[in-house]
Amino acid sequence: MKVKVDQTKCQGHNRCCLISEELFDIDDYGLAHALNDGVVPKHLEDKAKLAVDNCPEFAISVED
Amino acid sequence: MSDDKPVADWTTDFDIFSDEYTENPAPIWKELHSRCPVAHTERGGGLWMSTRYEDVRDLCAKPEVMSNRQVSVVPLREGTDLLADYHTKTLPPVSADPPEHTPLRRLILPFFSPKAVEKYRAFTQSLCNDLIDQFIDRGECDAAVEYAQQITPHVIGHLLGIDTSRSDEFTGHVSRFMEEGVKDPDLRAESMHAMQDYFAELIEQRRGAEGDDYVSQLMQAEVDGKPMSNKLLVNYCVLLLVAGIDTTWSSLGSSLWHFATNPEDRRRLAADPCLFATAIEELLRYYAPVSVGRVAMEDIEVGDRTVRRGERMMLNFPAANRDASAFENADEFVIDRERNRHLSFGVGIHRCVGSNLARMEMDVALRTWFARIPEFELSNADGVTWAAGQIRGARNVPVRFKTGQG
Repeated sequence: MKVKVDQTKCQGHNRCCLISEELFDIDDYGLAHALNDGVVPKHLEDKAKLAVDNCPEFAISVED
Repeated sequence: MSDDKPVADWTTDFDIFSDEYTENPAPIWKELHSRCPVAHTERGGGLWMSTRYEDVRDLCAKPEVMSNRQVSVVPLREGTDLLADYHTKTLPPVSADPPEHTPLRRLILPFFSPKAVEKYRAFTQSLCNDLIDQFIDRGECDAAVEYAQQITPHVIGHLLGIDTSRSDEFTGHVSRFMEEGVKDPDLRAESMHAMQDYFAELIEQRRGAEGDDYVSQLMQAEVDGKPMSNKLLVNYCVLLLVAGIDTTWSSLGSSLWHFATNPEDRRRLAADPCLFATAIEELLRYYAPVSVGRVAMEDIEVGDRTVRRGERMMLNFPAANRDASAFENADEFVIDRERNRHLSFGVGIHRCVGSNLARMEMDVALRTWFARIPEFELSNADGVTWAAGQIRGARNVPVRFKTGQG
Protein backbone atom coordinates (compact mmCIF):
# COMPACT_ATOMS: atom_id res chain seq x y z
CA MET A 1 0.00 0.00 0.00
CA LYS A 2 1.10 3.57 -0.71
CA VAL A 3 -0.22 6.73 0.89
CA LYS A 4 -0.15 10.19 -0.65
CA VAL A 5 -0.82 13.70 0.66
CA ASP A 6 -2.06 16.17 -1.93
CA GLN A 7 -0.02 19.27 -1.05
CA THR A 8 -2.44 21.52 -2.91
CA LYS A 9 -5.26 20.44 -0.58
CA CYS A 10 -3.48 20.11 2.79
CA GLN A 11 -4.22 23.03 5.14
CA GLY A 12 -2.18 21.88 8.11
CA HIS A 13 -4.84 20.31 10.34
CA ASN A 14 -2.23 17.71 11.38
CA ARG A 15 -4.83 15.04 11.97
CA CYS A 16 -2.74 12.54 9.96
CA CYS A 17 0.34 13.05 12.15
CA LEU A 18 -1.76 12.60 15.27
CA ILE A 19 -2.91 9.25 13.87
CA SER A 20 0.51 8.06 12.72
CA GLU A 21 3.86 9.73 13.21
CA GLU A 22 5.37 6.72 11.45
CA LEU A 23 3.61 7.56 8.19
CA PHE A 24 3.43 11.37 8.16
CA ASP A 25 5.49 14.38 9.02
CA ILE A 26 4.89 18.11 8.67
CA ASP A 27 6.97 21.09 7.68
CA ASP A 28 7.35 24.34 9.65
CA TYR A 29 4.12 25.63 8.16
CA GLY A 30 2.14 22.59 9.24
CA LEU A 31 1.85 21.07 5.78
CA ALA A 32 1.92 17.28 5.80
CA HIS A 33 3.83 14.85 3.64
CA ALA A 34 4.11 11.07 3.61
CA LEU A 35 7.33 9.58 4.97
CA ASN A 36 9.36 6.84 3.29
CA ASP A 37 8.05 7.72 -0.22
CA GLY A 38 4.57 6.86 0.96
CA VAL A 39 5.28 3.16 1.38
CA VAL A 40 2.99 1.80 4.09
CA PRO A 41 4.25 -1.20 6.08
CA LYS A 42 1.61 -3.92 6.44
CA HIS A 43 1.07 -3.26 10.16
CA LEU A 44 0.27 0.43 9.51
CA GLU A 45 -2.28 -0.07 6.72
CA ASP A 46 -5.24 0.52 9.03
CA LYS A 47 -3.67 3.74 10.26
CA ALA A 48 -3.13 4.92 6.70
CA LYS A 49 -6.83 4.34 6.00
CA LEU A 50 -7.79 6.15 9.19
CA ALA A 51 -5.68 9.12 8.10
CA VAL A 52 -7.64 9.19 4.82
CA ASP A 53 -10.94 9.11 6.69
CA ASN A 54 -10.02 11.84 9.17
CA CYS A 55 -8.50 14.43 6.88
CA PRO A 56 -10.92 17.38 6.81
CA GLU A 57 -9.51 18.49 3.45
CA PHE A 58 -9.81 15.07 1.75
CA ALA A 59 -6.12 15.52 0.92
CA ILE A 60 -4.96 11.96 1.67
CA SER A 61 -5.35 8.91 -0.54
CA VAL A 62 -4.08 5.35 -0.52
CA GLU A 63 -3.54 2.86 -3.32
CA ASP A 64 -2.68 -0.83 -3.19
CA MET B 1 -29.35 40.07 17.15
CA SER B 2 -31.92 38.79 19.59
CA ASP B 3 -34.76 41.28 19.84
CA ASP B 4 -36.67 38.91 22.15
CA LYS B 5 -39.28 38.28 19.48
CA PRO B 6 -39.90 34.50 19.46
CA VAL B 7 -38.68 32.72 16.35
CA ALA B 8 -41.67 32.15 14.07
CA ASP B 9 -39.95 29.68 11.73
CA TRP B 10 -36.30 28.58 11.95
CA THR B 11 -36.00 28.42 8.17
CA THR B 12 -36.97 32.07 7.60
CA ASP B 13 -36.54 33.81 10.94
CA PHE B 14 -33.67 32.11 12.80
CA ASP B 15 -32.02 33.71 15.82
CA ILE B 16 -28.78 32.21 17.12
CA PHE B 17 -28.95 34.53 20.14
CA SER B 18 -32.34 33.20 21.28
CA ASP B 19 -32.69 31.17 24.49
CA GLU B 20 -33.99 28.20 22.51
CA TYR B 21 -30.86 28.06 20.33
CA THR B 22 -28.54 28.75 23.25
CA GLU B 23 -29.92 25.99 25.43
CA ASN B 24 -30.39 23.20 22.90
CA PRO B 25 -29.60 23.87 19.24
CA ALA B 26 -29.40 20.21 18.12
CA PRO B 27 -33.14 19.77 17.37
CA ILE B 28 -33.04 23.02 15.39
CA TRP B 29 -30.07 21.80 13.32
CA LYS B 30 -31.88 18.52 12.68
CA GLU B 31 -34.99 20.33 11.50
CA LEU B 32 -32.95 22.58 9.22
CA HIS B 33 -30.99 19.64 7.77
CA SER B 34 -34.18 17.92 6.69
CA ARG B 35 -36.37 20.90 5.81
CA CYS B 36 -34.12 23.73 4.76
CA PRO B 37 -30.34 23.41 4.97
CA VAL B 38 -29.85 27.03 3.90
CA ALA B 39 -31.87 29.19 6.26
CA HIS B 40 -32.39 32.95 6.31
CA THR B 41 -33.33 35.62 8.81
CA GLU B 42 -34.16 39.30 8.46
CA ARG B 43 -32.92 39.95 11.98
CA GLY B 44 -29.82 42.03 12.61
CA GLY B 45 -29.58 43.36 9.06
CA GLY B 46 -30.18 40.02 7.35
CA LEU B 47 -28.19 36.78 7.44
CA TRP B 48 -28.09 33.43 5.69
CA MET B 49 -27.06 30.27 7.51
CA SER B 50 -25.60 27.14 5.96
CA THR B 51 -25.93 23.97 8.05
CA ARG B 52 -25.10 21.04 5.78
CA TYR B 53 -21.63 19.45 5.84
CA GLU B 54 -21.14 19.46 2.06
CA ASP B 55 -22.40 23.01 1.62
CA VAL B 56 -20.22 24.37 4.43
CA ARG B 57 -17.16 22.63 3.00
CA ASP B 58 -17.87 23.92 -0.50
CA LEU B 59 -18.33 27.48 0.74
CA CYS B 60 -15.06 27.34 2.69
CA ALA B 61 -13.33 26.28 -0.52
CA LYS B 62 -14.43 29.45 -2.34
CA PRO B 63 -12.70 32.33 -0.53
CA GLU B 64 -12.78 34.46 -3.68
CA VAL B 65 -16.59 34.38 -3.65
CA MET B 66 -17.24 34.02 0.08
CA SER B 67 -15.10 36.76 1.61
CA ASN B 68 -13.86 36.69 5.21
CA ARG B 69 -14.23 40.46 5.60
CA GLN B 70 -16.95 40.05 8.23
CA VAL B 71 -16.54 36.88 10.27
CA SER B 72 -18.67 38.21 13.08
CA VAL B 73 -22.43 37.99 12.57
CA VAL B 74 -23.38 40.62 15.12
CA PRO B 75 -26.20 42.98 14.07
CA LEU B 76 -25.06 45.40 11.39
CA ARG B 77 -25.06 49.15 11.90
CA GLU B 78 -27.46 50.72 9.47
CA GLY B 79 -25.78 51.77 6.24
CA THR B 80 -22.79 49.40 6.58
CA ASP B 81 -21.36 48.64 3.15
CA LEU B 82 -20.00 45.12 3.48
CA LEU B 83 -18.40 45.32 0.05
CA ALA B 84 -16.13 48.18 1.17
CA ASP B 85 -12.51 47.05 1.25
CA TYR B 86 -11.58 48.37 4.70
CA HIS B 87 -13.38 45.44 6.33
CA THR B 88 -10.63 43.13 5.10
CA LYS B 89 -8.04 45.12 7.08
CA THR B 90 -9.77 44.94 10.45
CA LEU B 91 -8.16 41.74 11.74
CA PRO B 92 -5.80 40.10 9.27
CA PRO B 93 -5.25 37.33 8.46
CA VAL B 94 -8.74 36.31 9.66
CA SER B 95 -10.48 39.21 7.91
CA ALA B 96 -8.25 39.13 4.82
CA ASP B 97 -8.90 37.46 1.47
CA PRO B 98 -6.32 36.11 -0.96
CA PRO B 99 -3.86 37.21 -2.19
CA GLU B 100 -3.21 39.55 0.81
CA HIS B 101 -4.19 36.75 3.17
CA THR B 102 -1.46 34.30 2.10
CA PRO B 103 1.74 35.97 3.44
CA LEU B 104 -0.02 37.32 6.54
CA ARG B 105 -1.10 33.83 7.51
CA ARG B 106 2.17 32.17 6.51
CA LEU B 107 3.96 34.51 8.88
CA ILE B 108 2.32 33.04 11.99
CA LEU B 109 1.87 29.39 10.97
CA PRO B 110 5.28 28.26 12.36
CA PHE B 111 4.37 29.59 15.84
CA PHE B 112 1.42 27.20 16.04
CA SER B 113 2.80 23.95 14.62
CA PRO B 114 2.41 20.90 16.88
CA LYS B 115 6.12 21.10 17.80
CA ALA B 116 5.90 24.82 18.56
CA VAL B 117 2.91 24.46 20.90
CA GLU B 118 4.56 21.59 22.79
CA LYS B 119 6.76 24.30 24.34
CA TYR B 120 3.70 25.42 26.33
CA ARG B 121 2.68 21.99 27.61
CA ALA B 122 4.68 22.09 30.84
CA PHE B 123 3.34 25.56 31.72
CA THR B 124 -0.24 24.45 30.97
CA GLN B 125 0.19 21.33 33.07
CA SER B 126 1.43 23.23 36.08
CA LEU B 127 -1.28 25.88 35.66
CA CYS B 128 -4.00 23.18 35.61
CA ASN B 129 -2.63 21.60 38.76
CA ASP B 130 -2.48 24.99 40.52
CA LEU B 131 -6.10 25.67 39.59
CA ILE B 132 -7.26 22.29 40.88
CA ASP B 133 -5.30 22.86 44.12
CA GLN B 134 -7.51 25.87 44.76
CA PHE B 135 -10.79 23.93 44.88
CA ILE B 136 -10.04 20.24 45.34
CA ASP B 137 -10.44 20.29 49.11
CA ARG B 138 -13.80 22.01 48.81
CA GLY B 139 -15.42 19.02 47.10
CA GLU B 140 -17.15 21.33 44.64
CA CYS B 141 -16.39 24.01 42.10
CA ASP B 142 -17.65 25.64 38.95
CA ALA B 143 -15.67 23.59 36.42
CA ALA B 144 -16.22 26.19 33.70
CA VAL B 145 -15.51 29.37 35.69
CA GLU B 146 -12.78 28.12 38.02
CA TYR B 147 -11.04 25.80 35.57
CA ALA B 148 -11.85 26.09 31.84
CA GLN B 149 -12.06 29.89 31.83
CA GLN B 150 -8.82 30.30 33.78
CA ILE B 151 -6.71 28.15 31.51
CA THR B 152 -6.85 29.89 28.14
CA PRO B 153 -6.16 33.50 29.26
CA HIS B 154 -3.15 32.34 31.26
CA VAL B 155 -1.80 30.22 28.39
CA ILE B 156 -2.23 33.11 25.94
CA GLY B 157 -0.62 35.47 28.48
CA HIS B 158 2.30 33.06 28.78
CA LEU B 159 2.62 32.82 24.99
CA LEU B 160 2.76 36.62 24.82
CA GLY B 161 5.49 36.60 27.46
CA ILE B 162 3.42 38.59 29.94
CA ASP B 163 5.15 38.83 33.27
CA THR B 164 3.30 36.91 36.02
CA SER B 165 3.12 40.15 38.05
CA ARG B 166 1.00 41.69 35.29
CA SER B 167 -1.01 38.61 34.40
CA ASP B 168 -4.02 39.63 36.56
CA GLU B 169 -4.14 42.98 34.80
CA PHE B 170 -4.04 41.14 31.50
CA THR B 171 -6.75 38.60 32.37
CA GLY B 172 -8.87 41.50 33.70
CA HIS B 173 -8.79 43.15 30.27
CA VAL B 174 -9.62 39.81 28.69
CA SER B 175 -12.58 39.18 30.92
CA ARG B 176 -14.03 42.67 30.39
CA PHE B 177 -13.72 42.14 26.66
CA MET B 178 -15.01 38.57 26.57
CA GLU B 179 -17.65 38.50 29.27
CA GLU B 180 -19.11 41.88 30.24
CA GLY B 181 -18.36 43.22 26.76
CA VAL B 182 -20.61 40.73 24.99
CA LYS B 183 -23.76 42.55 26.04
CA ASP B 184 -22.26 46.04 26.10
CA PRO B 185 -20.72 47.20 22.79
CA ASP B 186 -19.31 50.38 24.39
CA LEU B 187 -17.50 48.45 27.11
CA ARG B 188 -16.29 45.98 24.48
CA ALA B 189 -14.86 48.78 22.33
CA GLU B 190 -13.33 50.44 25.39
CA SER B 191 -11.69 47.23 26.59
CA MET B 192 -10.43 46.57 23.04
CA HIS B 193 -8.70 49.97 23.09
CA ALA B 194 -7.26 49.22 26.53
CA MET B 195 -5.90 45.96 25.14
CA GLN B 196 -4.37 47.69 22.14
CA ASP B 197 -2.64 50.23 24.41
CA TYR B 198 -1.47 47.43 26.65
CA PHE B 199 0.04 45.56 23.71
CA ALA B 200 1.62 48.69 22.23
CA GLU B 201 3.32 49.26 25.59
CA LEU B 202 4.41 45.63 25.76
CA ILE B 203 5.96 45.86 22.29
CA GLU B 204 7.82 49.08 23.17
CA GLN B 205 9.19 47.54 26.36
CA ARG B 206 10.39 44.50 24.50
CA ARG B 207 12.12 46.39 21.71
CA GLY B 208 15.85 45.78 22.02
CA ALA B 209 15.25 43.18 24.71
CA GLU B 210 13.53 40.50 22.66
CA GLY B 211 13.13 37.07 24.23
CA ASP B 212 11.75 33.89 22.72
CA ASP B 213 8.07 34.69 23.29
CA TYR B 214 5.54 35.14 20.49
CA VAL B 215 5.67 38.95 20.51
CA SER B 216 9.48 39.05 20.40
CA GLN B 217 9.56 36.57 17.56
CA LEU B 218 7.00 38.53 15.58
CA MET B 219 9.04 41.69 16.15
CA GLN B 220 11.92 39.99 14.40
CA ALA B 221 9.79 38.67 11.53
CA GLU B 222 9.37 40.37 8.17
CA VAL B 223 6.50 40.86 5.74
CA ASP B 224 7.56 41.45 2.13
CA GLY B 225 11.14 41.94 3.33
CA LYS B 226 10.21 44.67 5.81
CA PRO B 227 9.79 44.55 9.60
CA MET B 228 6.18 44.55 10.71
CA SER B 229 4.58 47.86 11.62
CA ASN B 230 3.57 48.42 15.24
CA LYS B 231 -0.04 48.45 14.13
CA LEU B 232 0.26 44.98 12.61
CA LEU B 233 2.12 43.68 15.66
CA VAL B 234 -0.65 44.93 17.95
CA ASN B 235 -3.16 43.38 15.59
CA TYR B 236 -1.53 39.95 15.84
CA CYS B 237 -1.63 40.17 19.64
CA VAL B 238 -5.31 41.12 19.59
CA LEU B 239 -5.94 38.20 17.26
CA LEU B 240 -4.70 35.78 19.91
CA LEU B 241 -7.32 37.15 22.27
CA VAL B 242 -10.18 37.15 19.85
CA ALA B 243 -9.43 33.66 18.57
CA GLY B 244 -7.67 31.87 21.41
CA ILE B 245 -9.61 32.48 24.58
CA ASP B 246 -13.37 31.98 24.66
CA THR B 247 -13.18 29.43 21.82
CA THR B 248 -11.12 26.87 23.75
CA TRP B 249 -12.67 27.68 27.12
CA SER B 250 -16.05 26.95 25.53
CA SER B 251 -14.90 23.55 24.31
CA LEU B 252 -13.42 22.77 27.71
CA GLY B 253 -16.48 23.96 29.63
CA SER B 254 -18.74 21.84 27.41
CA SER B 255 -16.39 18.87 27.75
CA LEU B 256 -16.54 18.97 31.54
CA TRP B 257 -20.32 19.40 31.37
CA HIS B 258 -20.46 16.31 29.13
CA PHE B 259 -18.57 14.14 31.60
CA ALA B 260 -20.48 15.54 34.57
CA THR B 261 -23.75 14.51 32.93
CA ASN B 262 -22.65 11.30 31.15
CA PRO B 263 -21.23 9.00 33.83
CA GLU B 264 -20.70 6.10 31.45
CA ASP B 265 -18.38 8.14 29.20
CA ARG B 266 -16.66 9.59 32.26
CA ARG B 267 -15.97 6.13 33.70
CA ARG B 268 -14.71 4.81 30.36
CA LEU B 269 -12.28 7.68 29.91
CA ALA B 270 -11.08 7.53 33.50
CA ALA B 271 -10.43 3.80 33.13
CA ASP B 272 -8.76 3.97 29.72
CA PRO B 273 -6.54 7.01 28.99
CA CYS B 274 -5.91 5.61 25.47
CA LEU B 275 -9.35 7.03 24.68
CA PHE B 276 -8.24 10.66 25.13
CA ALA B 277 -7.24 11.02 21.47
CA THR B 278 -10.62 10.02 20.01
CA ALA B 279 -12.53 11.57 22.93
CA ILE B 280 -11.00 15.01 22.26
CA GLU B 281 -11.87 14.89 18.55
CA GLU B 282 -15.41 13.79 19.44
CA LEU B 283 -15.75 16.57 22.04
CA LEU B 284 -14.56 18.99 19.36
CA ARG B 285 -17.14 17.62 16.90
CA TYR B 286 -20.08 17.34 19.26
CA TYR B 287 -19.57 20.63 21.10
CA ALA B 288 -17.94 22.68 18.33
CA PRO B 289 -18.06 26.23 19.66
CA VAL B 290 -17.46 28.32 16.57
CA SER B 291 -19.58 29.43 13.62
CA VAL B 292 -18.14 31.98 11.20
CA GLY B 293 -19.54 34.65 8.91
CA ARG B 294 -18.79 35.28 5.25
CA VAL B 295 -19.84 37.95 2.74
CA ALA B 296 -20.84 36.96 -0.81
CA MET B 297 -18.79 38.95 -3.34
CA GLU B 298 -20.99 37.72 -6.18
CA ASP B 299 -24.32 35.93 -6.50
CA ILE B 300 -23.89 32.29 -5.55
CA GLU B 301 -26.21 29.28 -5.56
CA VAL B 302 -26.20 27.35 -2.28
CA GLY B 303 -28.54 24.38 -2.27
CA ASP B 304 -31.70 25.71 -3.88
CA ARG B 305 -31.13 29.27 -2.69
CA THR B 306 -29.42 32.23 -4.31
CA VAL B 307 -27.25 34.34 -2.04
CA ARG B 308 -26.84 37.81 -3.54
CA ARG B 309 -23.65 39.85 -3.76
CA GLY B 310 -23.15 41.80 -0.53
CA GLU B 311 -25.26 39.47 1.63
CA ARG B 312 -23.90 37.79 4.75
CA MET B 313 -23.86 34.09 5.46
CA MET B 314 -23.00 32.19 8.61
CA LEU B 315 -21.25 28.85 8.15
CA ASN B 316 -22.57 26.77 11.00
CA PHE B 317 -19.73 24.34 11.80
CA PRO B 318 -21.51 22.87 14.86
CA ALA B 319 -24.56 22.05 12.71
CA ALA B 320 -22.42 20.60 9.91
CA ASN B 321 -20.79 18.32 12.50
CA ARG B 322 -24.21 16.77 13.19
CA ASP B 323 -25.06 16.15 9.54
CA ALA B 324 -26.18 12.52 9.20
CA SER B 325 -24.93 12.40 5.62
CA ALA B 326 -21.35 12.94 6.82
CA PHE B 327 -21.24 11.08 10.15
CA GLU B 328 -22.54 7.71 11.30
CA ASN B 329 -24.89 8.19 14.25
CA ALA B 330 -24.28 11.90 13.96
CA ASP B 331 -26.46 12.77 16.95
CA GLU B 332 -24.69 10.34 19.26
CA PHE B 333 -21.57 11.14 21.26
CA VAL B 334 -19.23 8.23 20.47
CA ILE B 335 -16.16 8.47 22.66
CA ASP B 336 -14.11 6.06 20.53
CA ARG B 337 -15.29 7.38 17.14
CA GLU B 338 -12.44 6.55 14.78
CA ARG B 339 -13.66 8.28 11.62
CA ASN B 340 -14.27 11.88 12.50
CA ARG B 341 -13.76 14.47 9.79
CA HIS B 342 -15.30 17.26 11.87
CA LEU B 343 -15.24 20.88 10.75
CA SER B 344 -14.77 22.43 14.19
CA PHE B 345 -11.62 24.32 13.16
CA GLY B 346 -13.03 25.18 9.75
CA VAL B 347 -11.52 23.97 6.49
CA GLY B 348 -9.71 25.61 3.61
CA ILE B 349 -7.33 28.55 3.75
CA HIS B 350 -8.81 29.94 6.99
CA ARG B 351 -8.42 26.73 9.01
CA CYS B 352 -7.95 27.81 12.63
CA VAL B 353 -4.25 28.63 13.00
CA GLY B 354 -4.40 27.80 16.71
CA SER B 355 -5.94 24.35 16.33
CA ASN B 356 -2.83 22.59 17.66
CA LEU B 357 -2.67 24.92 20.64
CA ALA B 358 -6.35 24.28 21.38
CA ARG B 359 -5.82 20.50 21.14
CA MET B 360 -2.82 20.67 23.45
CA GLU B 361 -4.78 22.74 26.01
CA MET B 362 -7.73 20.34 25.90
CA ASP B 363 -5.46 17.33 26.20
CA VAL B 364 -3.58 18.70 29.22
CA ALA B 365 -6.65 20.17 30.91
CA LEU B 366 -8.74 17.02 30.62
CA ARG B 367 -5.94 14.58 31.48
CA THR B 368 -4.97 16.62 34.54
CA TRP B 369 -8.58 16.90 35.69
CA PHE B 370 -9.23 13.17 35.20
CA ALA B 371 -6.02 12.20 36.96
CA ARG B 372 -7.08 14.12 40.07
CA ILE B 373 -10.88 14.17 39.92
CA PRO B 374 -11.97 11.06 38.02
CA GLU B 375 -15.36 11.03 39.76
CA PHE B 376 -17.57 14.10 39.59
CA GLU B 377 -21.15 15.03 38.82
CA LEU B 378 -23.33 18.10 38.44
CA SER B 379 -24.18 19.62 41.80
CA ASN B 380 -26.93 21.89 40.54
CA ALA B 381 -28.45 21.32 37.12
CA ASP B 382 -30.24 24.69 37.29
CA GLY B 383 -26.90 26.42 37.71
CA VAL B 384 -25.68 25.34 34.27
CA THR B 385 -25.58 28.12 31.69
CA TRP B 386 -24.59 28.21 28.02
CA ALA B 387 -23.20 31.09 26.00
CA ALA B 388 -25.24 32.27 23.06
CA GLY B 389 -24.30 33.10 19.53
CA GLN B 390 -21.22 32.39 17.49
CA ILE B 391 -19.03 30.94 20.25
CA ARG B 392 -21.20 28.36 21.94
CA GLY B 393 -20.26 26.49 25.09
CA ALA B 394 -21.07 25.82 28.74
CA ARG B 395 -20.29 28.90 30.87
CA ASN B 396 -21.31 27.61 34.30
CA VAL B 397 -20.85 23.97 35.25
CA PRO B 398 -21.29 23.51 39.02
CA VAL B 399 -19.91 20.11 40.00
CA ARG B 400 -19.30 18.17 43.20
CA PHE B 401 -16.83 15.40 43.88
CA LYS B 402 -15.43 13.39 46.74
CA THR B 403 -12.42 14.99 48.31
CA GLY B 404 -9.20 13.03 48.65
CA GLN B 405 -9.29 11.59 45.11
CA GLY B 406 -6.00 13.09 44.00
